[in-house]
Order: sequence, then C-alpha cells, then structure tokens
Amino acid sequence: MELSISLSPEILFYIGSWPISNTFFWSFFITLFLVVGAIIFRLRLKLIPGKFQSAMEMLIDGAFDFMTSITGDEKKTKKVFPLIFTMFFFVLFCNLLTFIPGQAAVTLKTAGGAVPLFRAVMADYSMVFLMTIVGVLVMQIVTIATVGPLGYIGKFFNFKGPLNFFLGIMDLIGEIAKVISLSFRLFGNMFAGEVLGAVMLFLLPFIVPLPFSFLGILTAVVQPFVFSVLTLVFISMASENPAPEEEPLAVPAK
Amino acid sequence: MDSEAAKYIGAGIAIGLGAIGPALGEGNIAARTMEAIGRNPEASGKISPLMFVAMAITESTGIYALVVALIILFA
Repeated sequence: MELSISLSPEILFYIGSWPISNTFFWSFFITLFLVVGAIIFRLRLKLIPGKFQSAMEMLIDGAFDFMTSITGDEKKTKKVFPLIFTMFFFVLFCNLLTFIPGQAAVTLKTAGGAVPLFRAVMADYSMVFLMTIVGVLVMQIVTIATVGPLGYIGKFFNFKGPLNFFLGIMDLIGEIAKVISLSFRLFGNMFAGEVLGAVMLFLLPFIVPLPFSFLGILTAVVQPFVFSVLTLVFISMASENPAPEEEPLAVPAK
Repeated sequence: MDSEAAKYIGAGIAIGLGAIGPALGEGNIAARTMEAIGRNPEASGKISPLMFVAMAITESTGIYALVVALIILFA
C-alpha cells in the first residue's frame, strides 16, 4: 500500500527558521492573483459595462440580494458584505483550482523526499481555522456593539437563578463549539474529497474516479456557500437585539 | 491485538456508526424536498439551494466522524 496521505501540509523549504508549507505557497499565489485581478478590474471599471464587468455585476448584485434576504436589512448587509463575499470567493477559488489537471504531478525535491508543490488550500486545517476565528471574532464584536460590554458578559454569566446560570454556561460552550463545527465542516469536506480521490485513483485509475471527481466539484461549490452563509447567519443573529435563543438553521425566509 | 490493528478497527467503527445519523437525516431532507417541489414545482428554484445548505449542515456530524477516523488513521 503506497498511499501518501498526511493530515498536515508538507513543508517545502525554510525562510530563516520559518517553514513554508505547500498550502501556504499555493494560497499566497491565489491571494496575489485575486488582489492583482481586483485592482486591475477596479481600474478598468466603466460606466457602460463590458461582458466581463456585466457578469461580475450580476454575480455581486445577486449575492447582495441573497444576503439581504438573510440579514433582512440593507444597511447591515452593506457592512458585512465585503467580509462574507471575500470569504466565499477565496474559498471557492481555492477549491476550484485544485481541479486543474496535472498540478498534483508537480513535485519538489526536498530533504524529506519528493513533495507535491500544490495542495488543496482548504485541506489544511490551520487555514480553515484562521478563517473561522476571524468570523467568530466578528460575531463577538458585533454582539458587544449591539448589547454593550456589560450585556455581553451578562449573556454568559447570569446569576438570576440556577437555570439561567446553567443556560449562560451552555451559551459560552456554544460559542466555542461554533469555531469547531464551522471549521471542521469545511476542512472535513475538502480533506475527505482529497482522500477519496486519492483512494479511488489508487484502486482503479481513469474511469472510477470520474464520478467522484464530479462529486468533488459539487462539494467545492456548495461548501464555501454553506460556510459563508452560516457565518452570515451567526453574525446577523448576533446583531439582533436580545432575542430568544434560536437554532441557526432558520435560514433565509424569502 | 497490536495497536495497528486496533487503529484500523477503531477508524472503521467511528465512520461506520457516524454515517448512520447523517444518512437518515439527508434522506429525510431529500424526501421532504421532493414532496415540496412536487406540490409546488415553480418554487423549486428557491427550495433547492436551501436543500443544499440544510444537507451540508446535516452532513456535518458525519464529517466529524470522518475527520476522527482520518485522524486515527493518518495522524
């Protein structure tokens, strides 16, 4: 059995004592590409849009309308739109770029043997964890901004009665569990896709992996959507004034 | 039983049992979605994205089990 699957990304080289892993390498280039593309696009914006600009405007307009249907308020959407849409776009881009054929064959010789130069960015837990932490921090900041610092602390440490105290502690655990559930969902899906592809390719090459590859493309589009929608739902829940606790899945009532 | 064999058995049990719940849940979601679309075919454009979101969320417990199994196997 010669399946090479590792949970942590492979390290390509060191800058000083700072390890550069292949996911870092890859995500750096994706970020660079997106940023430069965005700047060029910004400079070439015209009042009368061309084909590409029209397509982008339609995409962004649709996303904005969809997000407004979740938050229920255009002002809130305007504030949170850049963060959520950037998350969505970045994750989508990272996922879709793993389907470029032949890139897995590019390897680099290092001290620890040949190492693939590219690796699915979202199959690196530290990347997903970082994005989730950003999302959860925004949720906490939004909560503090709506109910005030005292209300925020009072949400978790409630001394009005034993039941309230217990519920407050449960809320605290729930906040921490959000980090785990949000990040594991995305990471698990992407990593599982990679492993599934590798195993199928190992068992029977060429024909059998095809349907799984198709399934992988579906997941690659759906998961960023779910990730950003859930982050948005949590943020918009946090921005509502002291409401009764609800499960997050009361998603867009259009 | 050596620890390697125990690892494989543990991973198998973890994902095998963990897949039951999400399977039932996703089947239920799909069935209800079909019902809803059958009752109101014009609304299918609005229903199906919600179905995908709900499915992906239902799937997450299965994914946790999968992550646990993969960690047992490869880490």
